[in-house]
Amino acid sequence: MDVVVCVKQVPDTEQPIRVRPDGSGIDDQGLNWILNYYDEHAVEEALRVREKHGGTVTVVCVGPPRAAEAVRTALAMGADEAVHVADPALEGADHLAVARVLARVIGQLRYDLVLCGRLATDDNASVVGAALAEYLGLPQATAISKLQIGDSLATVEREVEGGVELVKVPLPALFTVERTINEPRYPTLPGIMKARRKEIRTLGLADLGLEPGEVGAQASRVRYTRFEPPPRRQAGQVVTPDSPEEAARVIVRFLQETAKVL
Amino acid sequence: MQNDVWVVADHAGGNPRRITLELLGKGRELADAREGRLVAVVLGHGLLDLGPAFGQYGADTVVAVDHPHLHAYTTDGYTEVLSALVRERAPWLVMVPSTAWGRDCAPRLAARAGAGIVTDVEALWLEDGRLLTRRPMYTRKVMGIVEYVGSGPHLAVVLPKVFPPAGRQEGRAAQVERVEAGVSEPRSRVVETRSLQRERVSLTEADVIVSGGRGLRGPENFALLEALAAELGAAVGSSRPPVDSGWVPHDYEIGQTGKTVSPTVYIAVGISGAPQHLAGMSGSKYIVAINKDPNAPIFQLASLGVVGDLFQIVPKLTEEVRRLKAQG
Repeated sequence: MDVVVCVKQVPDTEQPIRVRPDGSGIDDQGLNWILNYYDEHAVEEALRVREKHGGTVTVVCVGPPRAAEAVRTALAMGADEAVHVADPALEGADHLAVARVLARVIGQLRYDLVLCGRLATDDNASVVGAALAEYLGLPQATAISKLQIGDSLATVEREVEGGVELVKVPLPALFTVERTINEPRYPTLPGIMKARRKEIRTLGLADLGLEPGEVGAQASRVRYTRFEPPPRRQAGQVVTPDSPEEAARVIVRFLQETAKVL
Repeated sequence: MQNDVWVVADHAGGNPRRITLELLGKGRELADAREGRLVAVVLGHGLLDLGPAFGQYGADTVVAVDHPHLHAYTTDGYTEVLSALVRERAPWLVMVPSTAWGRDCAPRLAARAGAGIVTDVEALWLEDGRLLTRRPMYTRKVMGIVEYVGSGPHLAVVLPKVFPPAGRQEGRAAQVERVEAGVSEPRSRVVETRSLQRERVSLTEADVIVSGGRGLRGPENFALLEALAAELGAAVGSSRPPVDSGWVPHDYEIGQTGKTVSPTVYIAVGISGAPQHLAGMSGSKYIVAINKDPNAPIFQLASLGVVGDLFQIVPKLTEEVRRLKAQG
């Protein structure tokens, strides 16, 4: 079972994220760049599939040169091989364009399964996975919380409104994973040492036979025009009531008179 | 047709769900601004009486595709039918609800139809003839303003509860156009659906949410929240620690790794207000926080903060609501 995992490097959102004063982007001073959490789960799931069924795990990443570090993390977790597409012409590419680049890379690999994180915690878009499945012509299931590989068929669970669906999907297929699917392993020291020696195949658009006009900003159908800090919530009141009864009355009055839900 | 606005309906047997009404409301406004039609696109099987069901909420036309393969959502079935319709009729804007199926289908549809796509849309407006959207990013620490490039079709995956539902206009009916479409056998198959929430109101649609955090100390204490929620007709959610501790299932979780909600009132009980949690609920209209720690960060964004012992306050609150309801 050969598995391809798509990964992205994102700023750690557990740290402060600030919008630049001119609204042109986020302030990248002091950002801590990490492997997207959801992608960590995708890598973990790929490793588990390999442990159970044999095969290889190949990591594919589209991103600037610094993203090689996220690729290195995936290798340290245990992935076998890595491809990193870094090209300045991809600046401003939208998600569909990124998916087209990934499809071009993955189309040249051998695979039975493609895994992605359900979303990346930087732009929270959830677009690349399903779009990539389309470009590769693969069946898909998104936001899966369980994966079982059978003979030429995978059974997955995905949460939908009010329930969980059990879906059978023929392989090869693409799945995007929820964080509930597993608990990712930490890279071990030998793993980290080994990852340092592994080669990351770094490619530009020309190596893939792609033109900036096909996958760069010019090809994009959406464009970020500016960024804003979130609207500040109106400061409310904080009270320390004398008794639980008083607290209950204060809350009920609020629900009735201000929120009008009672 | 270059000015038409489409709403791909989330529906139960041909009856629009709440999120569909929200999209119809916003869609009507944009269609009027463009002097286009508002079209509800309904996929299903055994669909009846769609004209009044959608017309009374503002749709001019219903495009209905009725096929046994569309009885339940499948990625292949929906993508095939919707992309063919989009290619043939070239609408200006296609609005898709941000539901499990909407998020599954929309990127694939965008890729096949060559449409620009924006997800998690929580505002949508015209500016000098350009269509702009606003969406939360970076755990809601940043709002991104995104512009669609070109003349369309544009695809917007719209969050629930960000637009008010369309008002009902008694007696108004939409013209129904039934489209005969061949639908290929879908490759994947849903073999079972297990209900998780039983009788509970769904979190993403609830008007009021009662949510518990680490302060609840154990799974048994969620019963306090369930009791309060039952009186309020509210849904019950949680922050991440109760899920990680196995007190409640993952479908309760609100926050960066769970659901994003924006109810009218969010009652945070024993929740300190970690950024990961705020990411999922700070879009709520009103936030009521009950916490014994006066320095809990949740108080900085609560519309009403109550410092005190939740184990004493919540039962009294439940009692007070019950008493009030009994009075009528």
